[in-house]
Amino acid sequence: MGQKVVLRERIVDESPRDDLIRRERFPHIWCPGCGLGTVLKCYVEAIAASNIPPDKHVIVSGIGCTGRIAGYVRLDSYHVTHGRPIAFAEGMKIVRPDLEVTVISGDGDLVTIGGNHFIHAVRRNVDINVFLVNNFIYGMTGNQMGSTTPLGAKSSTSPYGCPEPPFNLPLLAAALGAPFVARWTTLHVRQLADAMKRAMNVKGFAFIEIISPCPVGFGSYNDLRDGRDYIKLFLENCIVDHSADLNKVGITLKPGEPIILGNFIDREAPTYHDLELEVFKKAGWLK
Amino acid sequence: MSGELKLLKPGTYFMMGNIACVEAALIAGCEFYAGYPITPSNEIAEHMSRRMPQLGRHFIQMEDEIGSIVAVCGASAAGVKAMTATSGPGFSLMMETIGLAAMLELPCVIVDVQRAGPSTGIPTFVGQGDVMQARWGSHGDYELVVYAPSSVQEFFDLTIEAFNTSEWLRIPVIVLSDEVVGHMYGRLVVPEHDKITIINRKRYTGPKEAYLPYSHESLVPAFVAAGDGYRIHMTGLTHDERGYPSLEIEDSHRLVERLVMKVRKNARSLWKYETFYIDDADVIVVTFGITARSSEEAVRRARSEGLKVGMIKLLTLWPFPEEPIRIASQYARRILVAEINMGQLIHPVREVAECPVAGINYPIGYAPPPEYILDGIRAAV
Repeated sequence: MGQKVVLRERIVDESPRDDLIRRERFPHIWCPGCGLGTVLKCYVEAIAASNIPPDKHVIVSGIGCTGRIAGYVRLDSYHVTHGRPIAFAEGMKIVRPDLEVTVISGDGDLVTIGGNHFIHAVRRNVDINVFLVNNFIYGMTGNQMGSTTPLGAKSSTSPYGCPEPPFNLPLLAAALGAPFVARWTTLHVRQLADAMKRAMNVKGFAFIEIISPCPVGFGSYNDLRDGRDYIKLFLENCIVDHSADLNKVGITLKPGEPIILGNFIDREAPTYHDLELEVFKKAGWLK
Repeated sequence: MSGELKLLKPGTYFMMGNIACVEAALIAGCEFYAGYPITPSNEIAEHMSRRMPQLGRHFIQMEDEIGSIVAVCGASAAGVKAMTATSGPGFSLMMETIGLAAMLELPCVIVDVQRAGPSTGIPTFVGQGDVMQARWGSHGDYELVVYAPSSVQEFFDLTIEAFNTSEWLRIPVIVLSDEVVGHMYGRLVVPEHDKITIINRKRYTGPKEAYLPYSHESLVPAFVAAGDGYRIHMTGLTHDERGYPSLEIEDSHRLVERLVMKVRKNARSLWKYETFYIDDADVIVVTFGITARSSEEAVRRARSEGLKVGMIKLLTLWPFPEEPIRIASQYARRILVAEINMGQLIHPVREVAECPVAGINYPIGYAPPPEYILDGIRAAV
């Protein structure tokens, strides 16, 4: 914005969470202004606060910008095929219920190509955490529209405006019975880290939609060309309403229409593991 | 009651092929099964759903075959033996993730009970049209092992073998069965359990600092599971020995070479085949699966007619048993490849054979009657 940016002479060598970050892999691949660094930071803070030993935490991600997050976390980490991290996490969690398995991946990965696995994992209530980073676009492949792109938004495959309405993800997850459903942005770092920590301790499928800036991709097509444009958007449009009517939390990104955030749902429901133990009893394995 | 007691006891049984496959998997130590309904493999999932919980093991019916094979990979990454079963259309859906299992070096077993294709084909009829797909179906360079049973006993034996091979080489292994072998009832002899070889993947237990999950020091790196405390990274991206994504051509070359060579260099010990009357044979029938049963009878009848005919039944289709076929071709005048497709296995046979090779291709849908094979033999003689 016309101001000269002065780089610090010395780049810091350490971070207080180096035990949880693969710093040898930095610099990361993410663009300037991207929210994924913040997501990574919130995730490791949540792990540190989770009271679950890091060796028991596992991260699984799929393909895309967000998918790269597994490679930067010093945990058992799996970077699998496009759309499939939830199914991978289910297989892992079912045979190792003691592991705290978290899927962090993008909107395209988890609810577009991987939408089928998403809905069924929520329905089964497998005890995993799914942190979906929604940047409204396929960033890595060159900014194509997806199932979360707001109606009318431009992208490299919607030059006339996206012709399809997007998912309302908190409503979808809640309708399928998810015990924990939240939405935050990368501006709301404290609330996001707290929600992640809560998700790790929720019994059952915990879902957080994280609204994240993509100034280089989505933003360049939609007048949000700078990270600061997103911060302004979030500051001016976000409303925290934990008891919001989820039918009305769809995101339009239209001027004057709010982005509603909150920890919408926190409830108990029998998990896949609980129900499998019942099967083991009926089969005679357990008394 | 301990799990050991609930495994199928040693003895002689009259059993369906698909059921024998399940009992073999249980004895091999399979702890996780994920599958999606598809004919003609359903008895495998059905029997698994009954048997696995009896042993405190896991059965899940996934939302599709992609989810099934991916969940199998997740379970394998957590350190357990895992399998899925399917047929043609589901097998097609699994291809991308078979490549992931090869790349992450996650042991797993995929049973394909072949049916008539292409596309939906005839779900209840037999086919052998997945020979090439089983070997080449996923993109990129990798190698895996494909076994093909022709009887209930072989379905049992090769399922255990598939688990052993997958654990030994850290690869996906495919049991390429077919509708007839899957649904036929036949004699099954289960040996004393302590006489059955069970192989478990080599686990790393050394110091954390020294561990390289994808070390090139040996062809098969030692495995660590999620939760073992090594905090490893596995990625489908081309990776270096640490498991980290790499754009270095050298890393790519060494990785792909090792993925391929671990199978190629062990090919001889992976080749399983049986020979019938080949010592003086002018004509040799090379075949596999249910077609081998018809062919065996056809060869017997040909012998009774005085024709010098032999047969090689391949139990390992991939890596292709080149040497036995090549040697046989140096003595025979002609090789006939019998299969229920328009000609698939004939290609690797032709590649190595030093005599003329022709196909006996039976229309997809039924097991060929021995007369059909015999007609082919007579024409060749």
